[in-house]
Amino acid sequence: MSQYFVLPDLLPALPELFLLFMGLVVLLVSIGKKSSAQTVAFALTQLTLLLTFVLVIRGVSSEIEYTFSNMFVRDMLADFLKALVCLTVVMTLSYSRRYLVERVAIPMGEYCALSLLATLGMMVMISANHFLPLYLGLEIMSLSLYAMTALNRNDATATEAAMKYFVLGALASGFLLYGMSLVYGVTGSLEISEIAMRTGGKLYVEGMDKTPLVFGLVFIVAGLAFKLGVVPFHMWLPDVYHGAPTAATLFIAAAPKLATFAIVIRLLVDGLLPLYEDWQSMLMLLAVLSMGFGNIVAIAQRNIKRMLAYSAIAHMGFVLLGLCCGVVAGGDQRLHAYSSSLFYMVAYLLATLAAFGLIMMLSRAGFESDRLDDFKGLNQRSPWLAVMMMMLMLSMAGIPILFGFFAKFAILSAVVAAGYYWLAVLAVIFSLVGAFYYLRLIKIMYFDEAPADALPIEVPFSTRVLFSVNSLAVVLIGVFPQNVMVMCASAFYHSYQFQPY
Amino acid sequence: MLSLSHYLILGAILFTTGIVGIFLNRKNLIVLLMAIELVLLAVNMNFVAFAHYHGDPAGQLFVFFILAAAAAEAAVGLAILVLLFRNLKSIHVDDLDTLRG
Repeated sequence: MSQYFVLPDLLPALPELFLLFMGLVVLLVSIGKKSSAQTVAFALTQLTLLLTFVLVIRGVSSEIEYTFSNMFVRDMLADFLKALVCLTVVMTLSYSRRYLVERVAIPMGEYCALSLLATLGMMVMISANHFLPLYLGLEIMSLSLYAMTALNRNDATATEAAMKYFVLGALASGFLLYGMSLVYGVTGSLEISEIAMRTGGKLYVEGMDKTPLVFGLVFIVAGLAFKLGVVPFHMWLPDVYHGAPTAATLFIAAAPKLATFAIVIRLLVDGLLPLYEDWQSMLMLLAVLSMGFGNIVAIAQRNIKRMLAYSAIAHMGFVLLGLCCGVVAGGDQRLHAYSSSLFYMVAYLLATLAAFGLIMMLSRAGFESDRLDDFKGLNQRSPWLAVMMMMLMLSMAGIPILFGFFAKFAILSAVVAAGYYWLAVLAVIFSLVGAFYYLRLIKIMYFDEAPADALPIEVPFSTRVLFSVNSLAVVLIGVFPQNVMVMCASAFYHSYQFQPY
Repeated sequence: MLSLSHYLILGAILFTTGIVGIFLNRKNLIVLLMAIELVLLAVNMNFVAFAHYHGDPAGQLFVFFILAAAAAEAAVGLAILVLLFRNLKSIHVDDLDTLRG
């Protein structure tokens, strides 16, 4: 072991370091009492995120770089996910600004500083090649999210949601850590790529008992399922989505799902691939339960935030469906299966951002537009917003030529190629059930009368443009899905050298 | 002489106590926070035992980070608890029932 302290190569982690520095700067700026300080904090936050995006894009290369004693890895997959996270957070904050100022009066500066720190946590998770940064990134992200949920201090429901989120989030971390400790006990290493070598290589050559490793795996999968919000570990999700201020709901619903997807890949595909038989069947069970439960229970909801929460549960089930058919009897189709999951994730993100964005646009001081009835006759009040929302709902339901259709199609083709026909049939049936509540919202917007006392919708021009671009992207990517699909596939191809099937 | 399995069994008992505490406790939220700490301490017990068994200091180092993160988590959790008490005038688990759907 070297006696001297060697400075690690900081270049691969440049975006994270910049983000950390700027997060602290924004925290300092936000102390200012004047409203101009809050505006500066917001502008600085958006600028930081865009610059971080540029730094990530500039660092893209097909090489895989390790730094900080192999704890930190930068590969194409990490670059792709980090760029997506930055853009998602920029859009989330743009949608949230007016809502935060007018509707809930949350201090803008603190909210921005917490957003930056949460983003930092996500980026650390995405680049983790060791249990330590993975856990620390998860905690940085989660603690910021708990605080963001509770930031509206006088709202009893928001505080209740924060408490539930905190308790179940901490429980999930506990599960994940317990699983990690068992994996560490069996393999003797905390480094993910080292664990992959030891589990696949010398450890089990003589038919040794792999029970303790599978035992650890169960806890890891349970912890990940909690964080991803899939049945039966979903109890926190509807309450948190419902109770949190909508800005925080959107934040929780969007970027953290990507980061969690990243650690699922890092832990299961990177680290524990030799146990694929075990975790694939676990994920399959979670996926079927989520798609079924999420889609059926969503029908009963009268609150749109709660409905979207159950729809998110169902969507995460779909994402897991792709992950559970990577290695099958027929051969290795990991590239196809995992990139389909990522593709689905992008479709989910775009639709979710715009849908929650619309809820915030329709809300104003003293009024939260979160019941289904609040969308009655939206077509009469604003035809353009109604058309865009219709596109989003159709995309989520998976109607052809929209993004959501190709996402579902990609996943289903991976499932069929893996030979799980029954699973594909189940997925289609559950999507059909899900189409009901998306179409019901469209019916409410177009065929129900608007209440007579409905105020005109006042949306700033910039937000309207952002919403339109976001919604049109869902349509455009549906027409030309090739580019995004190729990006997802090349991220996996250059990071893991999976061969095309 | 205590062997590795003794420590692991102790860890498992602590972990189970923590989980059962979270799910069975219907009274006090502070007890819930204590149960969460217990879960994390059980994990620490496992890590230290395994690190000693492997003769690898990395596992013991991990424990320091878990302790630090647990302290930060307790701070956030208690802050939310204080808010809850201010808003609901109660810290009973059963009073957290306004969110239903």
